[in-house]
Amino acid sequence: MSYNPAFVENVINSFGSEKSRIIQMLQDIQSEYRYIPREAVAQLSETLDIPEPQIYHIATFYKAFSLEPRGRHEIKVCLGTACHIKGGKRIAEGFERSLNVKAGKTTSDKMFTLETVNCLGACALAPLVQVDEDNHGKMTMEKIERVINAYINNK
Amino acid sequence: MRIESAAKLESYRTSLVESQDPDRQKILVCGGTGCLSNGSMEVAHVFEEELKAQNLKANVDVKMTGCHGFCERGPLVVFLPQGVFYERVGPKQVPDIVKSTLVEGGVFKKNLYKDPNTKKEILSEENIPFYKGQLRWVLRNNGKIDPTNIDEYIAVGGYGALARALSDMTPSEVVEEVEKADLRGRGGGGFPAGRKWRTVIDAEGERKFIICNGDEGDPGAFMDRSIMEGDPHSVIEGMIIGAYAIGTDTGYIYVRMEYPLALKNLKKALDDAREMGFLGKNVLGTDFSFDIEIVRGGGAFVCGESSALMASIMGKVGEPRAKYVRSAEKGLWDLPTNLNNVETWANVPLIIGRGADWFTSVGTDTSKGTKVFSLVGSVKNVGLVEVPMGYTLRQIIYDIGGGILNDRAFKAVQTGGPSGGCIPEKYLDTKVDFDELTKLGSMMGSGGMIVMDDQTCMVDIAKYFINFLVDESCGKCVPCREGLRQMLIILERITSGEGKDGDIELLEDLGGAMTWGSLCALGGSAANPVISTIKYFRDEYEAHIKEKRCPAGVCPDLIEFSIDKDACIGCTRCAKVCPVSAIAGENKKPHTIDKSICIRCRACYEVCPTDAVRIT
Repeated sequence: MSYNPAFVENVINSFGSEKSRIIQMLQDIQSEYRYIPREAVAQLSETLDIPEPQIYHIATFYKAFSLEPRGRHEIKVCLGTACHIKGGKRIAEGFERSLNVKAGKTTSDKMFTLETVNCLGACALAPLVQVDEDNHGKMTMEKIERVINAYINNK
Repeated sequence: MRIESAAKLESYRTSLVESQDPDRQKILVCGGTGCLSNGSMEVAHVFEEELKAQNLKANVDVKMTGCHGFCERGPLVVFLPQGVFYERVGPKQVPDIVKSTLVEGGVFKKNLYKDPNTKKEILSEENIPFYKGQLRWVLRNNGKIDPTNIDEYIAVGGYGALARALSDMTPSEVVEEVEKADLRGRGGGGFPAGRKWRTVIDAEGERKFIICNGDEGDPGAFMDRSIMEGDPHSVIEGMIIGAYAIGTDTGYIYVRMEYPLALKNLKKALDDAREMGFLGKNVLGTDFSFDIEIVRGGGAFVCGESSALMASIMGKVGEPRAKYVRSAEKGLWDLPTNLNNVETWANVPLIIGRGADWFTSVGTDTSKGTKVFSLVGSVKNVGLVEVPMGYTLRQIIYDIGGGILNDRAFKAVQTGGPSGGCIPEKYLDTKVDFDELTKLGSMMGSGGMIVMDDQTCMVDIAKYFINFLVDESCGKCVPCREGLRQMLIILERITSGEGKDGDIELLEDLGGAMTWGSLCALGGSAANPVISTIKYFRDEYEAHIKEKRCPAGVCPDLIEFSIDKDACIGCTRCAKVCPVSAIAGENKKPHTIDKSICIRCRACYEVCPTDAVRIT
């Protein structure tokens, strides 16, 4: 997706160019591009008169934002307490091995970004893995390959 | 349509109730996050299709409701007026359920809940042990109404408390009622809500704000999520009443970005409430005006802390500030701000609608009303539980929760999230309220209750929470930032078999410094998981340090895997799942693990159907 200044301008306008809405603006930009492009930070800084470092401070503080492009599918392995005691960490390690990528990173073919998250609030499904918007509850080591393949096959 | 007075609301409600046929056939499908993930949306669609195919569509309504709470058994489906409760309903069973229940007027036994002890089928929700022990006040509408339809909320008496407050009470009388009800903050701190409101009212400022804290970050807690998803109007109504009492025209609901359904349902609820005249200019035709804006959180645990949350609303990094002056006096934009948690707000319409005396009839001396817990972990009935304050841990875990998964031995229950602690078996008969849990070195917290069995290592749990907090500490103050990091290093050392004499005392010292010196409650309570596990499970720490042994068989560096020849049936599942090909053996013959290759990932242990994989 190439950068489109008009889109960011629209986002800024939708919040009435209000400085205090910077986090909401970044969220909309993140949903569109799946990361925060440098150009967007420059444009926000210019339009809203906020120094760039301050925007980077926000973009690196909150987990919602990524400064690197994400994969097509985001795999979030939940490490909430309920998932932890049911082996969430082992599931995360299983995904790391299967995808050959460390948590927090994206596969070289840009297909998957693997993340570990601190509780998705669906503890009855522990251990839980969320891919994009789909929840895969009661995960086991044996199911890992199946989940990955389901997304490779329907690009 | 706008409703311009309390009388109009009442006549509208009456007309809604009259137009509803109480005998009309309804099928309620749970649309909570847990059930949705198990495919309840598809189940609802299949019901629609099946009804069409059987020519029953005209006489039956299929509705998606909020979370019923019994997530372990989802997807849940309730038939009204029969009151039949079906569990674990998949699309395949729908035709049979429709046929048995609607065509033949009976029940479809296969999907009924069965009592685990007597194996008898139980027909209705209220007779199931999980629901029987509960008192559902805050969750009164969850699972009963369609959260996206304001009419359904009004029909069950919704916005009646607001009408009562605006027409029969002065703002000060509203505050008095909340003070009389002794409502304490359900976010976990337990601060009296009425006293906080009073402080904001008395504070100087040309404008005032109220906030609903929906940044439910505690791992293992999802009650706020279920309330926002399943009954958003109860939170909004509570906030409007609060705004009237405090005298403000602006409110914010701060919601975690991880809760898309809560965001969607709240947004719809706000739009509908605005259209009906419950929000916006001249609420219910009075000269009181108030509106609410939703703010999406950016995904930082510390933003659940009031001053960090306010910084976040103002578009800054979520760092707490020192509390020389409370937010009630100088909060958002340095103006008086009142912040309460989702569940606290949802209690307000109950108190105003039914009165403080009714509310205080339930609870303990110091904690009134009910509390919603999310009961998770190694417990049979995972789900949302609402009980009167003062129920014992044992009642919640055994009577409602059905006991420990696979009937294993109970080890501890963790309450209060990363700020709380682990409570051992000898305190199971403790009454749960704000003060009793604090006495045990844990805390009520937002209501996550994680049950742990004998396969949980307490040192690993302490490490888990510290690891979580290292990630989530905002880094502004040294005791929290550096203290957590050092604690993690020590715990890593202990769990990898490098623990030394004196480590336990060092952890206690560090914990003391963090508790004493941190800027906000995140750091101030961060040592609790460590201190409470040392206090109650010191022997486990000692086993790790002195004997280089993990009694629960969890810490990978201190355990070994082997296969019991006599128990192994040679099914080859373990060999297939082993990521490093450390398992060898022929089909139908006992397998062996090569310990020099094994990375102790537990995959074989997990899949073995005969428990032949042993951990030593």
